[in-house]
Amino acid sequence: MGGFLLTLALTSILIFALTNVIPGDVARRILGREASQEAVNAKRAELGLDRSILVQYRSWLGGFLRGDWGKSYTKGEPVRELVLSHLGRSLELGLIAFAVVVPVALGLGLLAGLRNGTRTDRAITVLGLCGTATPEFVSGVLLLILFSVRLNWLPSSARDEYGLKGLVLPVICLVIVCVGYITRMVRASVVATLERPYVRTARLKGITTAALVRRHVLRNSLVVPVTALGVQLRYLIGGLITVELLFNYAGIGSLLLGAAQEKDLPTLQAATMVTGVVIMLTFVLTDAIYAWLDPRVRVGKAR
Amino acid sequence: MIGLRAARDPSRRRVTLVIAVTVLAVWIASALFAGLLAPFSPSAQLPRLKFADPSVHHLFGTDGFGRDVFSRVIAGARPVLTIAPLAVLLATVAGTVLGLITGYFGGLTDSIAMKILQSFAILPPLFPAVLAVALLGRSTTVLVVVLGFAFTPLITWTVRSATLVEREKQFVEAARLRGESTAYILGREILPNIAGSIIVESTVRLADAVFSIATLAFIGLGAAPGSPDWGAQVADNRVNLQFAWWTVLFPAVAVASLVISVSLLADVIRERRSA
Amino acid sequence: MSLLTVADLTVAYRSPRSAAAGVVPPAVDGVSFHVDAGETLGLVGESGCGKSTIALAIARSLPPTARVSGRINLGGTDVATLAGASLRQWWRSDFAMVYQEPQSALNPTMRVGAQIAEVLRVKGLDRQAADREAISLLERVAMADPAAIARRYPHQISGGQQQRVVIAMALAIRPQLLVLDEPTTGLDATVEREILQLIADLRAELSAAVLFITHDLGLVERMCERVAVLQAGQIKEHGPVANVLVAPTHEYTRELLACAIPPGRTKHNDAVLRAAVPEIEHVPTAAGSPLLEVSNVVKHYGAVVASDGVRLRIDAGQVVGLVGESGSGKTTLGRIITGLTVPDEGEIRLRGEVIATDLARRRSAVRRSIQMVFQSPDSTLNPRHRVRDVLKRALLKLGGSRTVEQLAASCRLDAQQLGQLTSTLSGGQKQRVAIARAIAGDAALVVCDEPVSALDVSVQATILRLLVELQEHRDVALLFVSHDLAVVRYLSDRIAVMYAGRIVEEGPTEAVLAGPHHPYTAELLAASDHRAMDTGSRPVFSAGGGTARSAGERIGCVFADRCPQRIEGLCATTAPPVRHLDTGLRIECHLDLGPDIDDEVAGEAARI
Repeated sequence: MGGFLLTLALTSILIFALTNVIPGDVARRILGREASQEAVNAKRAELGLDRSILVQYRSWLGGFLRGDWGKSYTKGEPVRELVLSHLGRSLELGLIAFAVVVPVALGLGLLAGLRNGTRTDRAITVLGLCGTATPEFVSGVLLLILFSVRLNWLPSSARDEYGLKGLVLPVICLVIVCVGYITRMVRASVVATLERPYVRTARLKGITTAALVRRHVLRNSLVVPVTALGVQLRYLIGGLITVELLFNYAGIGSLLLGAAQEKDLPTLQAATMVTGVVIMLTFVLTDAIYAWLDPRVRVGKAR
Repeated sequence: MIGLRAARDPSRRRVTLVIAVTVLAVWIASALFAGLLAPFSPSAQLPRLKFADPSVHHLFGTDGFGRDVFSRVIAGARPVLTIAPLAVLLATVAGTVLGLITGYFGGLTDSIAMKILQSFAILPPLFPAVLAVALLGRSTTVLVVVLGFAFTPLITWTVRSATLVEREKQFVEAARLRGESTAYILGREILPNIAGSIIVESTVRLADAVFSIATLAFIGLGAAPGSPDWGAQVADNRVNLQFAWWTVLFPAVAVASLVISVSLLADVIRERRSA
Repeated sequence: MSLLTVADLTVAYRSPRSAAAGVVPPAVDGVSFHVDAGETLGLVGESGCGKSTIALAIARSLPPTARVSGRINLGGTDVATLAGASLRQWWRSDFAMVYQEPQSALNPTMRVGAQIAEVLRVKGLDRQAADREAISLLERVAMADPAAIARRYPHQISGGQQQRVVIAMALAIRPQLLVLDEPTTGLDATVEREILQLIADLRAELSAAVLFITHDLGLVERMCERVAVLQAGQIKEHGPVANVLVAPTHEYTRELLACAIPPGRTKHNDAVLRAAVPEIEHVPTAAGSPLLEVSNVVKHYGAVVASDGVRLRIDAGQVVGLVGESGSGKTTLGRIITGLTVPDEGEIRLRGEVIATDLARRRSAVRRSIQMVFQSPDSTLNPRHRVRDVLKRALLKLGGSRTVEQLAASCRLDAQQLGQLTSTLSGGQKQRVAIARAIAGDAALVVCDEPVSALDVSVQATILRLLVELQEHRDVALLFVSHDLAVVRYLSDRIAVMYAGRIVEEGPTEAVLAGPHHPYTAELLAASDHRAMDTGSRPVFSAGGGTARSAGERIGCVFADRCPQRIEGLCATTAPPVRHLDTGLRIECHLDLGPDIDDEVAGEAARI
């Protein structure tokens, strides 16, 4: 646990450092080039930018931990509500995508692994690779062309007025990228497990193929890919920037992008920090699941 | 019977390899010889031929400014194939050095380095790149440096893991017994044995780099504005999707084809090594 | 009418590469044999001869790339034609197999009892009955506290216990044919003895046909009635064990038997060795000027004690054998001497001078004096380097005066191998290069950590003879670390026996072998004895192999828990005294093993 907190602390420093290397003057940028020097100085004092960098960091970090994330430079609203509402929408999208990815990837990976070497396997592997390799905006655009323009089945954006239907394409987009990777991980793990001597031992007991897969192959193959799921969530969140932009979805990705382009520091810092925390939590979760799945980690030596 | 390794059909694998190499060769040629291959200049505007459908004269049609999409797609290979290899080279060199050092010495240096790497790792991919480009401006140098640093942690991780394994090998201990210097052990004993993993990882990162560059271009953070980045082309023409799909489709497919072919190549290299 | 009949079995692997390369010899080539009910046939040969392939062919468990032809008949069933449900049925009731490396034969995520119960449930028992039967099977295989073991996972029990579980699973099937493929490879000598005893007892109950596959001729002698000798996929000779092993008719069998060191031989009376290397009269160095002295070495790995106050002395040009099981700390001690492992406490003196315990701190002259030959041929050489480079580098850094060719020749490496990548060499060749590397300079002491354990039996003898030759020729001292007492007694001038981090007995080889023995030494000697097994009662062992213990437990003798001769109330609570017997033996034991020459001295001192 302590390790994770330390990492988060380092990340906060990182974020703060990165966002403070902007060349030029933030206050002037907000007020515009014509503003007088006194107005700029006043603005700087108002924003607390005249203090030393360390003081600024401490004050920011303190505020963050207390829940006071400041006010957006460009929108003027309190950052916390802004970030949390956008985060909520992204989580909705992400969780739906994840709920689709997990069973699909596990199923395909298992199938490919069990039929390893055959045409089915090859097809699944190559398709999986194509999926992972295709950037979200590419698949998104292709999907839009197909479903929205040509066939007119689905709306071309995910704004609220389209409801759930609007979420279909963005979800598929995210799913394509993640499924490929996890399928391949599961497949590799299944293939490795099948070569293990204990699978032969089990088969030679005369049990049915179904029992063999269930008791001996499945549980042992899933241990490694579980950690891959954690990694994938991170890529999924990364993909949100593109997908939200493409489908006009007001999630944390588009918030971040906007804040970066507008140099809206408080929003940028808070949004990045929050995303980092979410990802950290998924790592913790996947570690816990891994430990639960593998008795060697869970129970340890008992001699 | 399930599971027992069926005979690998090498001919199938060869087909995918051939396709991947061909596609890659096409794009490399495009990057090098854009001037020769493109029938029109990518920025030449033909106002009377705006949004022309694909035809024999304009294989991929024209865009809203009357520019030949085919030529623009060919020209788009260069920026991506300049930045990506440079960024990956930077990341490979930095990552290998860091990975060797942290993997071999372990201890406090390693723990600290790992903690720092991990703090980079919990940021989603592209975040640091987005931040840096947005804040530092768009240029080739920024992209190369930013992506290079973004990929360094992953390569460091791979090199470190491989080094940890080699470090325990008895020939390394024999080298220590001979009194060999650390530089010798890292460079002549360990590095030759992990070179394969580094190559595989670098190739994967190359695909990743192309992916990232295109995505960054799409969200408006590519190389200098005006350069015919595929991602930028897709972004600019998004609004024309309904009636001029060709202005979006071809650059998008170009991106996908390049990333997929590099990924396939990486996959084949990886399989060859473990065979 | 035999129970198992195998006729003209041929197995060839088909792969695109082999098709292109032309004709590739089959892995198994026209093999025929038979086994009667209640009989044990030994299938013996070196690695790669195809014996495991035969086992897998009979088990119908070869990969699809294998082309199998021939007849396999078990009790009237033509095994080769079984498929699907009938094959599964055959596996359920007629066939059972036990392999080497029990660790990987068990599912790591499934409790041990459940894995045994699985066999029974597939035979039709319901869950509770299967669980109960699993526990009683564990009892039958002499497992202490079977109910508790049944709830454990495989990684929580020792290697010996794991193999018992695998045997229990085989028993549960009540097979007509039992195949054992190197069932004791990788297990310690004492554990091996227990497992073999267990197998001997159980097969009498089963009246199954037993196929015992091994590379170890000694085991064949111990366990089998008949034997078939395999080379390159063909049976070269077969017949009753007594005939084949005593008076072999085929040349290959003769070679196998000759190559191996006859049990009981030492380097002094090994005819093959002495024909090539006449014995030099060894002038013993004056006592009191040892080459290496190790004192009070302590090393803990977390809670595990690897070295607990170890004292050892090696004289110049002497071969000291350090023997013990896995976990005894012998490898750790070897590594501490070379400086690769840094002890928590302790002192090392080279020619009387204290030297740094950390390799990085040693002067180069000291470093060159102590070198090492490692255990695993596959990781001892850098696969990317060529042999010539390895030797050249060693000569350079260790200050050797010979040329690469001379060094190679002294280790019987020929010129052609110099240009090869080390990864292309065989195990034996790799170890030769490793040895050449170690003696390239003017090392005074070479620590050999199980250098032959990973090699085939026939190659072992050649390497051992080479070591003796080099050692005598260059007057190098050796610390030979091994778990194999037979090998140690062959080469050593002195033997030190290690258990749980302490040297419990030490002395000249003949004295250690003749006795009186420390109880642990007695156990080791019994385990390495290759006479036929006697049928006695089957004691239940609670501790499986591995002798490492946790820190903090040690009050009395380290061996007290396992010692069959322990004195109640004394051995477990009081540290045993060190006795110096007149034969030159130093033993740590409470038992009265003989007159202690120190007693008189102590008595004198007390009187003064």
